[in-house]
Amino acid sequence: MSTSSQLLSRRSFGRLAAGVAGAAGMGALGACTTRGGRPSADTPLRIMAINHVWSQAIRRRTKEFEERIGRRVSMTLLTADQLASSYNVKLNASGTDVDVMMVRALQEQLLFAHNGWLADLSDRVTQDEDFAWPDFQKAPREASLTAGKVLSVPVVTERPALYYRKDLVEGVGGPPRTLEALMSAAQELTEKKKGFYGFVGRGQRSGAVSQWSSFLYSHGGDFVVGGRSGIGSPEALAAYAYYGRLLSRTGPPGATNMSLEQAMPIFAQGKAAFYIDADAIYSSFLDPKVSTVRETVGFAPFPAGPAGARPHNIPSWSLGISEFSLLRDDAWEFVKWAAGPEVTADLQKDGIPGARGSVWSDPESLASFPPDLAEAMRLNAERGLGYDRPRVLQVGRARDIVGRPLVAGILGNDVRPVARDADAEFADFLVRDNRHKES
Amino acid sequence: MSTTEVSPTARPATVPGEGPAPARRPRTFEQANRRLKWTMLAPALLFVGLMIVFPLVYTLDLSLTDAFGAVNAGRTYVGLQNFTDALGDTRRFWPAAQRTLVFTVGAVILETVLGLALAMLMRKPFRGMRWVRTVLIIPLLTTPVAIGILWLLILDPTNGIANHLLAGVGLPRQEFLGSVSQSLPTLMLIDVWQWTPMMTLLLLAGLTTLPEEPEEAARVDGANGWQRFRHVVLPMLGPTLATALVLRAVDALKTFDILYATKGAGGGSDFEVETLNVYAYGLTFDYQEYGLAAAVLVLFTLFIVGVVVLLRRRGGRKTA
Repeated sequence: MSTSSQLLSRRSFGRLAAGVAGAAGMGALGACTTRGGRPSADTPLRIMAINHVWSQAIRRRTKEFEERIGRRVSMTLLTADQLASSYNVKLNASGTDVDVMMVRALQEQLLFAHNGWLADLSDRVTQDEDFAWPDFQKAPREASLTAGKVLSVPVVTERPALYYRKDLVEGVGGPPRTLEALMSAAQELTEKKKGFYGFVGRGQRSGAVSQWSSFLYSHGGDFVVGGRSGIGSPEALAAYAYYGRLLSRTGPPGATNMSLEQAMPIFAQGKAAFYIDADAIYSSFLDPKVSTVRETVGFAPFPAGPAGARPHNIPSWSLGISEFSLLRDDAWEFVKWAAGPEVTADLQKDGIPGARGSVWSDPESLASFPPDLAEAMRLNAERGLGYDRPRVLQVGRARDIVGRPLVAGILGNDVRPVARDADAEFADFLVRDNRHKES
Repeated sequence: MSTTEVSPTARPATVPGEGPAPARRPRTFEQANRRLKWTMLAPALLFVGLMIVFPLVYTLDLSLTDAFGAVNAGRTYVGLQNFTDALGDTRRFWPAAQRTLVFTVGAVILETVLGLALAMLMRKPFRGMRWVRTVLIIPLLTTPVAIGILWLLILDPTNGIANHLLAGVGLPRQEFLGSVSQSLPTLMLIDVWQWTPMMTLLLLAGLTTLPEEPEEAARVDGANGWQRFRHVVLPMLGPTLATALVLRAVDALKTFDILYATKGAGGGSDFEVETLNVYAYGLTFDYQEYGLAAAVLVLFTLFIVGVVVLLRRRGGRKTA
């Protein structure tokens, strides 16, 4: 073999290798290019959602929707943390592979609006009469608005319910109507040596804040009062001390590591007398596969504190459309269908609380809920405030600050010095957060 | 045989009026080889550029800005402000740096001591050695997230089997990962459970390559087992030990998955397991403070490089 032919083959190989590398590089860069382009008929409508009873029910019905729009639907269900991280990664890259986004209006919407990640749905919701936008409850509808624009449509609402053991409360005067009564009943029923606890609830620094909010409001406090930090107020201190005392004296060990996933099974397995958490999870206690208390669980409205019963009543999950979606019309069709009066009523009949006023006034749609739960939901909705966490841009950071005194209380420490420190930190945070809002 | 040196860049001169220039002479093998080398390297270089150099440079660039919310949103260069903020943060940054160091030092020392002890025990062949080696490898093959969830279930303060076992032998119940004070030590023990086998296997490989004569000579001179280990085996094992130590220390410094799987975002309710890695993740994904997060990551990288240099110097001095 001559040198030249060897050289030729090497050169050809070299060109080929360079070509392949170049093509791979361009391909990789091309994949990053997200704007523009026309989706083909085969492109699925991509929906990213929380793994929740609502999204599971919707996924079971997607065939019906696919036939309606003549396009395949691809639905990804993730945990709340995974979903938030996915949005962060995909939308930071202006990715077109998300069309419909399930978002927490109170947690992410302000930030996503600041980033320009959510499409403005104002015209679509108001111009379509069949969609009946005014039919949505006032608090969830207001939470969908940011800077006067509708950025999401609420699909699931939530209030705190008091879950209790009917077989145990007989001896302590029935289900407690006040926080004071809850404390004494929980203390009376606690038998830590036998592994039985009077009360179980969320204790994680950030995760507990949303449930604690109802305790805060019912003590007369709020996260922000007159534009300033409210977590150092006497009312907030009383709420911190109360919640800390309740969990440290009557709660299970390891309460500071508990969010919904850890607290709920303790009540479901019959190891606690009282539990306060979202009413949307009630079916977990009626499911024989996971619950040993299905015969004995009772439901009651949030107990009254010194300032009365002031629970939260929030849109826990909403649907938005990505600003980078190339299938916005189909995405809107999905939102219209999934949040429409018909599907909302059907889902509520299956026990999934919706955000439309009409379904709450329809006795048929409430028939699936246990009667005492339906009554508790109605009362809590009537008394409730439309938010359960600070209404700021960086909700995660705010929750971390607000939750610190909570943890101190659960650990049995004096909440006052921690609350003073958290109050100062929260005040600084609010200044920075406002600066971010204006940027 | 005479050879003519030809400059790689020299071209045959064309003299006007003397006809066409002679045909280009084929390149020498060395020339072709040099070009081919770069051609073959190109894909790897492209990969390194895209996957390593670009992210590093981008992180450095981001660390000098006030990037918040979305990385592609407008951002302003703020100089070293993020570094000043991070280094002045006594609430989160310094406690996280301290936890990173405590976790790494504690876990790596335990893993080294246990790994060396196990390797010494397994040095001489014994019946069932294959089984022991197979069992040792199991924790290494399991993903950290699965391990985290597994231990979370075992150590659950209310329903976990660990407390049932403790109660069975009359010991008080423990909160383990549910406790603010016990979480970090518990996670260090989980890390020891997972990574001691790797240290064992590395050190065992080192031990099997050692010559037997020096130890034999020490035995003849009357040295006991501990003296032989301390003055003969350990110095000879030095280079392997140093390498294993550096590898494990760097890996332990970067631990994230098991902390996240067991304690979630934020490193626990009182930030009890928030290391620099967990803190940087929180700044990025929970707070969307990309500029500050990038600065923390740059400082963290410098910290890791510092630890590696220190360990290599100490390792080098010992083995010299």
